[in-house]
Amino acid sequence: MHIVYRDKEWFVEQAMTVNQMLKHLKLLPESVLVVRNGRLVAEDQKVQPGDEVKIVSVVSGG
Amino acid sequence: MRCRRCENPGAINMRQHKLSLCDVHYPEWFLEQTQRAIKKYAMFTHAERVLVAVSGGKDSLALWDVLLKLGYQADGLYIDLGIDRDTAYSACSREKAAAFAAQYPTARLMIVDICQLYGENIIQVAQRRHRPQRPCSICGLIKRHEMNRMALEGGYDVLATGHNLDDEAATLFGNVLHWQADYLRHQFPVLPADGQGLARKVKPFCRFYERETAAYTLIQGIDYIEDECPYAVGATSLAHKATLTQMEHDSPGAKMHFYTNFLKAKEAGLFAADETTPELHPCPQCGQPTSAPDLCNFCRLWEPIANGNDTTTEIEMMSAD
Repeated sequence: MHIVYRDKEWFVEQAMTVNQMLKHLKLLPESVLVVRNGRLVAEDQKVQPGDEVKIVSVVSGG
Repeated sequence: MRCRRCENPGAINMRQHKLSLCDVHYPEWFLEQTQRAIKKYAMFTHAERVLVAVSGGKDSLALWDVLLKLGYQADGLYIDLGIDRDTAYSACSREKAAAFAAQYPTARLMIVDICQLYGENIIQVAQRRHRPQRPCSICGLIKRHEMNRMALEGGYDVLATGHNLDDEAATLFGNVLHWQADYLRHQFPVLPADGQGLARKVKPFCRFYERETAAYTLIQGIDYIEDECPYAVGATSLAHKATLTQMEHDSPGAKMHFYTNFLKAKEAGLFAADETTPELHPCPQCGQPTSAPDLCNFCRLWEPIANGNDTTTEIEMMSAD
């Protein structure tokens, strides 16, 4: 699967839950949302090879 | 986690509410909760005209979208501050606001271009005032002044901003760290009009986590500017948000309880009424209320600097909103 977060990207060939993916990337689920193939998905759902995954930071302000 | 309303897979799980919803039922819930907050704090009615301050970001565009869907008379106001710093930040956010407005035949977007109106963008003002590294306080001052001016000139009953619970909790956290009693006294989802030229201000999203407003915009397909203002890097409020988010991770609901219990404490009379409120008078130049002896801080921004000293006062610039 292809994962994009801000200006970074990763290619991963292993199925896992969204939670596991975020843990690998050291991201808190409270600070991001995950869009899989164009649809928002919760942390217990799976991402797998072939998926296009976008991680969206939810923090704004300054 | 299944959607509580239909058993389909959840699109978002809100641990603080023990609630999971799918992408069909989440927007419904979001509209219901917004309406509930508007009613709970008596923010405005369908008979009143609302001016929504839109930045092109997720919160303000989501707010405008929700108010229109709920049938409110909501117009948008975009303030072009002229921020670029190699990112075309203002140009890009302005485009997002305009593109959103174009999708709603009834939506009216007003644009205030600071550079066109006053001859300088905020970065140029900050440089002239010898504050090139700190345009944020000047930015806040200009936005507050212009939002209030446009609300009053346009005959709007209320000015609505997209502040969410994370914004409010971070502000509260900062104010508590420094025991800014005056700011604590004034932090609330509704600030009433003062009858002397300050418009009523409301924050209908103050009970939503930032993550929830982002989820709404993503599900609804609202195109917003994801990049942060290039001058926000290293901002204290972002550090406070990060601290609170870590606390939220360790203890779901921490942010919500921190903020909503503060509101409850205020309603129960924890904070005494401000007896030291300075007397306000209309600024001789712009007419907006000010406690400064002559021109208000906004008007003084555009005055030449005498002896290289900036005479705008820090207190007014650092106001919580």
